[in-house]
Amino acid sequence: MIVAERKPFDEIKELIKGYKKVLTVGCGTCVAVCLTGGEKEVGVLNAELKLSQQASAEQTIFGEATVQRQCDMEFLAEIDDMVKDYDALLSMACGAGIQFLAERFPEIPVFPAVNTTFIGVNKDVGWYEERCKACGNCVLGMTAGICPVTMCAKSLFNGPCGGTNQESCEINKDQPCAWFMIYERLALQGRLDNIIEFCPPNDWRNQKPQTLIQPGYEERKTSA
Amino acid sequence: MKSGSTLEKILEAGHFAFTGELGPPRGANIEALKKKAQPLKGMVDSVNITDNQTAVVRMSSWAASLFAMTEGLEPNYQMVCRDRNRLAMQADILGAYAHGIRNMLCLSGDHQQFGDHPQSKGVFDIDSMQLIQMVKNMRDEGQFLNGQEIDEPPKLFIGAAANPFAEPFEWRIYRLAKKIQAGADFIQTQCIYNMEKMREWVKRANDMGLTEKVYILAGVTPMKSLGMARYMKAKVPGMDVPDYVIDRLKGVDKKKQADEGIQMACEQIAEFKEMKGVAGVHLMAIEWEHRVPEIAERAGMLPRPEV
Ligand code: SF4
Ligand code: SF4
Repeated sequence: MIVAERKPFDEIKELIKGYKKVLTVGCGTCVAVCLTGGEKEVGVLNAELKLSQQASAEQTIFGEATVQRQCDMEFLAEIDDMVKDYDALLSMACGAGIQFLAERFPEIPVFPAVNTTFIGVNKDVGWYEERCKACGNCVLGMTAGICPVTMCAKSLFNGPCGGTNQESCEINKDQPCAWFMIYERLALQGRLDNIIEFCPPNDWRNQKPQTLIQPGYEERKTSA
Repeated sequence: MKSGSTLEKILEAGHFAFTGELGPPRGANIEALKKKAQPLKGMVDSVNITDNQTAVVRMSSWAASLFAMTEGLEPNYQMVCRDRNRLAMQADILGAYAHGIRNMLCLSGDHQQFGDHPQSKGVFDIDSMQLIQMVKNMRDEGQFLNGQEIDEPPKLFIGAAANPFAEPFEWRIYRLAKKIQAGADFIQTQCIYNMEKMREWVKRANDMGLTEKVYILAGVTPMKSLGMARYMKAKVPGMDVPDYVIDRLKGVDKKKQADEGIQMACEQIAEFKEMKGVAGVHLMAIEWEHRVPEIAERAGMLPRPEV
């Protein structure tokens, strides 16, 4: 899933300063799972915003709405009528969702209430870890299912570097060395041959905006 | 001859090589650079010019290499993968060679988090292994990384680093083999303090026939003080400082610790001279350039052979 964290409260306040009617829009998928931007978090943020204005002259009207996925126009259509009443939107979705919301309502300013941080996993309730940088050219087959691009601080393809400290990465004792783990797991599987061979430079396919059209859907794109 | 550098000639002739290190200034202060370069002259065969070492901005390594040349030193131009993508790397390699640089050391580089610009974006477009192979193909095939032809290929003597101690120890020798396969002509190791592990690593390299394919220069850094030894042990990534090193420094008076550190380095060098599979020593006297003549003298490395 995509993991995000809420921006500092003062930054959010600053972003929406001066707008009279603000609609906070949550997303019911990834950011809800990571407890950052779902229906509940929208409610909490709005309550905090209202509270912070109690003693001030500024009296903004805060509304709330949570759609199942902000990265999908079908779901965004559900709030078309509602949005008309507001002069700013505060999105709690990931960066993709925020952009789609802005695309759906181009006349209304849209502000991010979260920082989108990574594609990661749910280690435990409230504990998420990054696992993939969407490099566009997955090598997990070679590396025993451990991503060298993401989990190795230097994105090495022929690791480990000389900085490994016992089993941790040179950047931090609490960060395991990806290449140490890759070595261990490949050894366990009897597949060390995988990394004896030289691995050539990566083809970085994530260096420009990407589009994916599944086979069978090409026509829709050209006619659109 | 692959490059015709002094370092290559020394090693080819079977002499025990001796290389030094010089960190470029944190500014455009050429006088400071010259002052550091002076004591190294005639003492070492080649001098590593570091590339934004520890991720701290300094004068670029190729520019400082050129100044080293005008000071009568042969540079070993270092390049890290942290700060440049493949285009910039190849461009700098061409420029460095055109200006007369003949040795190059290919490194991953310390992570930017440790340096003076921790907010920067690390490049790591290719890794050190891939850099080695790129430089080799530029030299031997006359090709850029994309396979296109180079008009006047750079002929460089290619160096790589090795850490004989980092975990997994078992794997270290294969990584050395991989660097040789990628195209390394010589290896400079991490600073060595743990001699047992070093002996074991070199023995394995001998057993695998690797030392016939590559020149290994053992990294030596004399301890200046007990404080430095403790710092290296606790703080420097990938460093293996056994307790006996600490204990020995503890055993002498504070004023004599530097001298003891040099003595220990000389003993290591003496052992390396006799160690089968070790072709030389790389002396990293960090911010201690002015002591290099004394160390070279005491280690019996002088005079340097003429080649
Ligand atoms: S190799 Fe690329 S696609 Fe595969 S997990 Fe790593 S970043 Fe993601
Ligand atoms: S210590 Fe391991 S994870 Fe960290 S940069 Fe080096 S190889 Fe990568």
